Amino acid sequence: MLILECPYCGVTAEETEFHGGGEAHLTRHGPDSSEQDFEDYLFQRENPKGVHFERWRHVNGCGKWLHAARCTLTLEVFGTYNAQTFEPPKHIKDAITAKRPGWTWRTFS
Amino acid sequence: MSTRLATHGRLLDKSRPLTFTFNGKSFKGVEGDTLASALLANDQMMIGRSFKYHRPRGLVASGAEEPNGLVNMGEGGKFEPNQRVTTTELFDGLTCKSQNHWPSLDYDIGAINNHMARFMPAGFYYKTFMFPRFAWKHVFEPVIRMSAGLGNAPKDRDADTYEHFYAFVDVLVIGGGVAGLQAAKAAGDAGAKVLLIEQTAHWGGRAAVDGGTVDGVPVQAFIDATIDALDAMPNVQMRHRMMGAGVYDHGYVLGYERLTDHAPKTAGPRHRLWRICAAQTITATGALERGLSFAGNDIPGVLLASAVRDYAVNFGVSVGDRTVVVTNNDDAYRTAISLKEAGLDVPVILDARPTGGGALADAARALGIRVENGKAIASVQGGKRVTGVAICDQAGEGAVLEEIRCDCVAMSGGWSPVVHLWSHCGGKLNWDDDAVHFRPDPDRPPTGAKGEAFVITAGNASGEMDLHSVLQDADKAGKSAAKASGHAPTRTAAPTGESAPEAVMMAIWLMPHGAPIKLRAKSWLDYQNDVKVSDIQLAAQEGYESVEHAKRYTTLGMATDQGKLSNINGLATLANALDAEIPQVGTTTFRPPYTPISMGAIGGEARGDIFQPIRRTPMQGWHEANNGDFEPVGHWRRVFCYPKADETREQAAHREVLATRASLGLLDASTLGKIIVKGPDAGKFLDMLYTNMMSTLKPGRCRYGLMCSENGFLMDDGVVARIDDDTFLCHTTTGGAERIHAHMEEWLQTEWWDWQVYAANVTEQYAQIAVVGPNARKLLQKLTDEDVSNDAFSFMGWSDLTLGHIKARVFRISFSGELSYEIAVSASQGRALWDRLLVAGKEFGVTPYGTEALHIMRAEKGFIMIGDETDGTVIPQDLGLNWAISKKKTDYLGKRAQQRSHMADPDRWKLVGLKTLDGGTLPDGAYIVGEGVNANGQRRVIGRVTSTYHSPTLGYGIAFALLLHGPDRMGEVVNVAMIDDVDVPAQVCDLVFFDKDGEKQNV
Repeated sequence: MLILECPYCGVTAEETEFHGGGEAHLTRHGPDSSEQDFEDYLFQRENPKGVHFERWRHVNGCGKWLHAARCTLTLEVFGTYNAQTFEPPKHIKDAITAKRPGWTWRTFS
Repeated sequence: MSTRLATHGRLLDKSRPLTFTFNGKSFKGVEGDTLASALLANDQMMIGRSFKYHRPRGLVASGAEEPNGLVNMGEGGKFEPNQRVTTTELFDGLTCKSQNHWPSLDYDIGAINNHMARFMPAGFYYKTFMFPRFAWKHVFEPVIRMSAGLGNAPKDRDADTYEHFYAFVDVLVIGGGVAGLQAAKAAGDAGAKVLLIEQTAHWGGRAAVDGGTVDGVPVQAFIDATIDALDAMPNVQMRHRMMGAGVYDHGYVLGYERLTDHAPKTAGPRHRLWRICAAQTITATGALERGLSFAGNDIPGVLLASAVRDYAVNFGVSVGDRTVVVTNNDDAYRTAISLKEAGLDVPVILDARPTGGGALADAARALGIRVENGKAIASVQGGKRVTGVAICDQAGEGAVLEEIRCDCVAMSGGWSPVVHLWSHCGGKLNWDDDAVHFRPDPDRPPTGAKGEAFVITAGNASGEMDLHSVLQDADKAGKSAAKASGHAPTRTAAPTGESAPEAVMMAIWLMPHGAPIKLRAKSWLDYQNDVKVSDIQLAAQEGYESVEHAKRYTTLGMATDQGKLSNINGLATLANALDAEIPQVGTTTFRPPYTPISMGAIGGEARGDIFQPIRRTPMQGWHEANNGDFEPVGHWRRVFCYPKADETREQAAHREVLATRASLGLLDASTLGKIIVKGPDAGKFLDMLYTNMMSTLKPGRCRYGLMCSENGFLMDDGVVARIDDDTFLCHTTTGGAERIHAHMEEWLQTEWWDWQVYAANVTEQYAQIAVVGPNARKLLQKLTDEDVSNDAFSFMGWSDLTLGHIKARVFRISFSGELSYEIAVSASQGRALWDRLLVAGKEFGVTPYGTEALHIMRAEKGFIMIGDETDGTVIPQDLGLNWAISKKKTDYLGKRAQQRSHMADPDRWKLVGLKTLDGGTLPDGAYIVGEGVNANGQRRVIGRVTSTYHSPTLGYGIAFALLLHGPDRMGEVVNVAMIDDVDVPAQVCDLVFFDKDGEKQNV
């Protein structure tokens, strides 16, 4: 049972308050995109053993979508942050680097 | 024989006798007994039969690890199988029956398997029941089904209630033995919020049975004082009869509290499932004794040495008059000494170690007990009860040196720390060669949300086996846990324990060391599932080298006791057979729960009427009072139809359709989803959400729209009304309101967060009533002075009206093809309006109708229904809804996906109407079959029926179907396959069966 902190309302709560929403930081590809780009956007997902970025919604709480940086191996949570961003904020990246030096994920490191 | 002792019985209140029955026979016990001790006190040594060979089985243990003592407990709604007698507290009037035998415990037909054992080795079923295939259904399966399983399945509904409970603590201590008590005290002294739980009804664990002193006083006095101290701490909560069932990610722990099992007449829930969030968890779960593998070690009367001691000391029960003790360690000597002190005979202690024991061995000798070093049991004699043992050298192959008469064998193969809870969430183990067990590796603990350790072991569970180190370790664990949860531990020193020093033990995995196959095939590892030393060796020989494979091949440790007694002996046997070290072989995975927990506790309160919340419309009371026949739609209950006196459901729905089409019908449409979308960018947002253009909708007007997911599939539909420039009201399907609102929020929050739009789900704020039929306008006009003529209030318009003092928003939309108004009022006015419409509509013969009439009327008009025509793989283009897909918009959710090659494939099934040639009604979901067969030799399927009804308006069956090249087949007759293989011909036709030109609604 994961424990996550909602970056909006500040509540630290267990998993049943949240709902998982898959991989974070996807770039939407619309009508003008190539078949490959669209397929990647819609279907191709990271499945890392280690650092991962996910979307969660505080569904039984404030209702806001948030992002979590998490280790899929140990379930350690490096931090949660607002969903209104194109990449993880620096303090989240630093927190990951402190625990997992040399980490990379898609284009982030 | 086993009997009650005149003295002893630490946990008993002998002044309070109890009566219970076993297999219909009445027995006597006393307050404080477990069912196990009470059965033994009545000389009921044999309790069940084993799973595979149906061998007679008696008690082996005295606690949660007991593999044999399982019974069917209770009757009727209180019946429950597989109840462990060693953990069942006796109460007056308890009834139980033994399991897994036929016709009786004493005479069992299945015991013939025992004589066939030689022909039923490991993997017997896999190897035998392969061919011929037909035999499975007619021979193997019926036979296996009859003889398989332990207890019976309950037949009645569970009469008890259960509940869930939530707790948040700094430190959870699991286990109320001396280690748990000391750890809780250390954490509590530091000010941490502590929850201490113990699975039995007693605090102190087995320390009082084993003896010793703490700070110079007997250990029992220490236990009592510590309980008093904990009781006095407001920050410490203690619960007994509560087991730590499982440890999960980030410090989440399940506790299983048995509230009334020991007193079933008490009011309140039977079990309580605690869902605990603990910053730190201390597992002070003790250790379990292992058996020894010698021939006949499963004969009733062979018990763990600690269990024999427990029965004598705690319950005043002697398992036998003459007990032979066999051991590889010093602890078993305590049993011999206890028995001797109780006046019982111990003819010999067989110590497999050539050098024998230490101080405890000397104490035993001083009591006059014969001690034989380097000796072992060659075999146990007896059938349904031990009658004697044959003694041999441990080092040899079992040549018998001597036979000794006895009626009990107390065996000890050493102690294994209970590492289950430590391991549930990833804690790792090390093999300890000296102590001959796996112990937790404190450097590789389960880690939590911040990567920190969140489980600490204490006492025996850490692998600390003597009283002093147990207390030191527990004190340290309590202080560490308090510190890790933000509290400052005291500097108080841990108590000093004193117990007899013990000589080093010796690993003994087979007795005697060179036992031949004849002995190995009678040396049991897993009692419940009948796995012997020879089975594990065979599995290894046949290539099942991984411990997980060997487990599944032989079923070792797969019974209800999950191998608490057998696993370590089993994997050591496997390691020996593979010539590998034990740590290389490793353990199987420890999974929760620690012991089985009731299904009732898992369900908690969620059963019957409160299994899930039911949503009610404001008019629900009227529906119930007027014979509404309900069907579930999402969490709502909608009226399917309102049958009159002798009507069937179908007749009622048909009457409702005809009455509505002829004059006037009323529908409770309150369950329809209603979402307000508001903001300067609301139009732009809805243009992305719907396939058609919404931003061009004029205030005061309504438009039907389709919503697709990003991969193109149709997910919802409904009418959108523009309230003002910035405000839209989106209607969704009944089941879709929450889902669609969440869908909007997701895109607003995660993709277009810079757009100025809010979405609010106001479904329950409004009641909505559809007034439908040729007289709908007349009824509306009766309630308002405003002009509601076609000119003033045209189709697909909406208007705010006051209907006899009730403020209403009226939408002129139609899902039936009739002249129709949907009237929305605040929820609190819903029932008042409904009643008023019924009164005012009387002159038109107003007829309330349900969802079936709604469905029939929409189908007659060719309208699709989400969930009937769609199933998550259907795009709007499949349904001929191209008119509702904007060609002008550069983008909407699903547009790109609908351009993919598979979506544009002309061979996609398309929606058409179907009419049977004989006027009958097709079955829902029936397949339409074409010529020829597919690659699997099955008939080629070219379509399926998605909606089908008898149309009372037209007098024949109508249907929709998704059909290959459907629109190109107009007029063609296709074959619809029936379950009985007779095809029904049906003609492909237009979707709109009734009033094609819309003359009825456009008036």
